[in-house]
Amino acid sequence: MQEFGRSGAVALGLVTGLDSDLLAIVALSLQVSLSAVAMAALIGLPLGAAAAVGRFPGRRPLIVLLNAFMGLPPVVVGLVIYLLLSRAGPLGHLGILFTPAAMILAQTVLIVPIIAALSRQVIEDAWVEYGEQLRSLGSGPARSGFTLLWDTRFSLLTVILAGLGRASAEVGAVMIVGGNIDGVTRVMTTTIALETSKGDLPLALALGIVLITLVFALNASAYLIKEAVQRRHG
Amino acid sequence: MLPLVLESVTFEVAGRRIIDRVDATFTHGTRTVILGPNGAGKSVLLRLCHGLLIPSEGAVRWGRGDDSIARQAMVFQRPVLLRRSALRNLTHALALRRVPRRERLARARAALDTVGLASVAERSARVLSGGEQQRLALARARAVEPAVLFLDEPTANLDPAASREVESVIQDIHEAGTKIIMTTHNLGQARRLGDEVLFLARGRLVERAGIDDFFRHPSSSEAVAFIRGELPWH
Amino acid sequence: MALKHCVHTRIGAAAAAVIAAPGWSADRFITVASTTSTEQSGLFRHLLPVFEKKSGIQVRVVALGTGQALDMARRGDADVVFVHDPAAEEKFVAGGYGLRRNEVMYNDFILVGPKSDPAKVAGGRDIVAALRAIQAAKAPFVSRGDKSGTHAAELRLWKLAGVDPVSGRGNWYRETGSGMGPALNTASSLNAYLLADRGTWLAFKNRGDLRIAVEGDRRLFNQYGIILVNPARHAHVKQAAGQQFIDWVVSSEGQRAIADYRIGGEQLFFPNAAAR
Repeated sequence: MQEFGRSGAVALGLVTGLDSDLLAIVALSLQVSLSAVAMAALIGLPLGAAAAVGRFPGRRPLIVLLNAFMGLPPVVVGLVIYLLLSRAGPLGHLGILFTPAAMILAQTVLIVPIIAALSRQVIEDAWVEYGEQLRSLGSGPARSGFTLLWDTRFSLLTVILAGLGRASAEVGAVMIVGGNIDGVTRVMTTTIALETSKGDLPLALALGIVLITLVFALNASAYLIKEAVQRRHG
Repeated sequence: MLPLVLESVTFEVAGRRIIDRVDATFTHGTRTVILGPNGAGKSVLLRLCHGLLIPSEGAVRWGRGDDSIARQAMVFQRPVLLRRSALRNLTHALALRRVPRRERLARARAALDTVGLASVAERSARVLSGGEQQRLALARARAVEPAVLFLDEPTANLDPAASREVESVIQDIHEAGTKIIMTTHNLGQARRLGDEVLFLARGRLVERAGIDDFFRHPSSSEAVAFIRGELPWH
Repeated sequence: MALKHCVHTRIGAAAAAVIAAPGWSADRFITVASTTSTEQSGLFRHLLPVFEKKSGIQVRVVALGTGQALDMARRGDADVVFVHDPAAEEKFVAGGYGLRRNEVMYNDFILVGPKSDPAKVAGGRDIVAALRAIQAAKAPFVSRGDKSGTHAAELRLWKLAGVDPVSGRGNWYRETGSGMGPALNTASSLNAYLLADRGTWLAFKNRGDLRIAVEGDRRLFNQYGIILVNPARHAHVKQAAGQQFIDWVVSSEGQRAIADYRIGGEQLFFPNAAAR
C-alpha cells in the first residue's frame, strides 16, 4: 500500500512540475492515439455501416471477421506492421519504421475492427427501426448508411471512445513498430514498460496514474459534450 | 400512375400464408380503408402495395407501368423521424426525391405550415410530442406530393385530440388530390375518413363495399362478426 | 529538437498524408540497434547528447536483446549496431551484413543472488563453481532466455560448468524470455540467482533482497562492439552519418565520455577501443 501512496505523490509531482519530458511524451501519446482513432473512424464507421445495411456477398464472413478482430493481439499487429514496414519488407521503401507514422498505422489497424464491429451493431439496431421508413422515402442502401451514421452519432461517440481506450492503453504494437526511441517514439505506455524494466516501479506506476487520469479526462469531456448536445436533440 | 392493380397477390413467410390470392384494383379519387381483425394481414397488404415487401406469388402493377416508389409515400403506426430538426426531416425527404436544393426549404416550410407545425420547425423532431411527431410524418409524406399515400394505423398510438388533428391532415391531403389507402382498427375513423372498405380475414379479401353499405349490410359472416365485435352496442 | 518537430508536425487525417509525411524521415538522424543494457543503464542518455550537440546528427536508439538487434540490422532497419556478443558480431560481419567490427568498451557480468544465499556461493570469484553449486542445490535461477548478449554469455558459462540447465527447466531454472530489467524484477520477486550486466544492475532500483554474489572472474568479461551496417546490402544505410558516430564513439573524446558515466560514483563502462 505504501507504494501506491508513493506513486501518487510522484505522479502529482510529475504533473504539477510540468516536467518537459513528460509533457512531450504525453503530447506524442495523444497525437498518435487521436490520429489513429480519427483514421480508424474514417475507415471503420463506413465499413460498419456497410456491414449493417449492405446486402453483398461475403457480408456475414465480414461481420464474423470484424467481431473476431476486435481482440487482435497488439503484439501480433505490431509484428505484422513491423515486417511490412521493415526495409526488407514490401513497404520498406517508405522508411517510416520507428516513426510516429508507423505507430499510428499499427494502432489504426488495431482499432478499425473495434470501431467497425461496434458501429455495425449500433447501425443494424437503428436499421431495424428506420429501415422501412428510409426505403419508403426512396433512400438507397449507401445513402441510408450515411443517414444512420449521423442519426446514431451519440452512440457512435461511445464506440469511438472504446477505440481510443484501446489505442491509448496498448503497448505491444507501438513498442515494436515505434522502437520506444527516446524523444521520437516514446509514448506513455512504452515509458511505463521501460521504467518497469528499470525497476523504478513507483515512477512507472506514477506514469500509469497520469495516463489513466488523461484517458478519464478525455472520456469525461466527451461524455459531458454528448450529454449537453443530446439533451437538445433527443 | 393509378390504378394500382393486385393480381392474385400471395405472401408467405416460412411456409405460412399471410396474404392469400388477393385481387383488387385501386383507382384515383377515393379513400380506401382496409379493415379486418388482428392478424388479418392488413399491414402486410399495405407494404406489398407500397413495394416494401415483394409478393411470393402474383403481381402488384401500377398503371402506365410507373411503379416508382418516388410517387408514393407511407406513414407508419409509429412515426420514424431522424435525429435532426423538424424542418431538416422534411428537406431530407425532399432531397431523396431529387427536389432541387433551392426549392427544398420553401416546400418544407409550406408543408410544416399545413400541419400546424411551423412554430417548431427548428426543434429536434425527437423531442416533439407523439401527436406532433405523427403530424410531422404526415407533413413529410405530403411535402413530396405523392400520387398515393399509404397509412398504417396512423392514430393507433395517439389520444383522441391528437387523432382528430391527424385525421384532419389526412382529409386535407385527400382534398389536395392524393389517393389515400389506409388501415385502421377504429371503425369510427373508418366511417369518418373512408369512401370504401376492403375487408380482410385470415389473409383473404372477403368483402369490398362502399363505406355505408359495408356497415349497414355486411355480406360476409366474418364482417358481421367483426362489426359486432368492434361495436358491441351495435 | 527533433521531438519538438515531431510533436508539432500536424498529422493529416488521411492515411496518405501520414505515410508520406516527410518530417520524420528527412531529418539528419541515424538509427542504432542496441541492447537493453546500454539503454537501461542510462549510458545513452549521458552519451548521445554530447555527440548530437557536436555533430547535429540525432541518434535514435532502439533497445533490444543483442540477437534481436542484429536481426533488425540484418533486415536493414538500422544504420549501426552497438551490442555485446563478440561471437555473434563476428558472424554478422562475416555474413556480409556489417562492415568492420570496432571494440568500444567493456564492463563485466555479475552473478546476483538473494541475501539468504541458498547455494552458498556469495563472496566467491569462481563463476563456474558457483553455477555448479546452484545446480546442485537446485536453487532458483532466472535466465534471460531471449538470445541476448547476456543470455549468450550465461549459456557459455553453463557449458564451461558442464551443466545442462535445460534439464532444470520448469523447476529451478526459469527462462523468462525478457530484457535485463524485467529479468531482474523476476529474480527479485522469486529470490533467485541470475547473471546480469553490471551497468543495468547499478541503475536498477527494485533490488529487493538481491545482492552481488559472484564478481571479478575473468570469464565474466563483457565486451561491447559497434558495427556499421553494410551499405552494399542495404543502400539506404546512412553510411557517412553512421560512420561519423562510430568514429566519435571510438575517438578519445567519445571514450572519455563513456568513462565519465557513473552512478553513485561507480564507473559503469570501461572504454577499450583500439587506437586508430
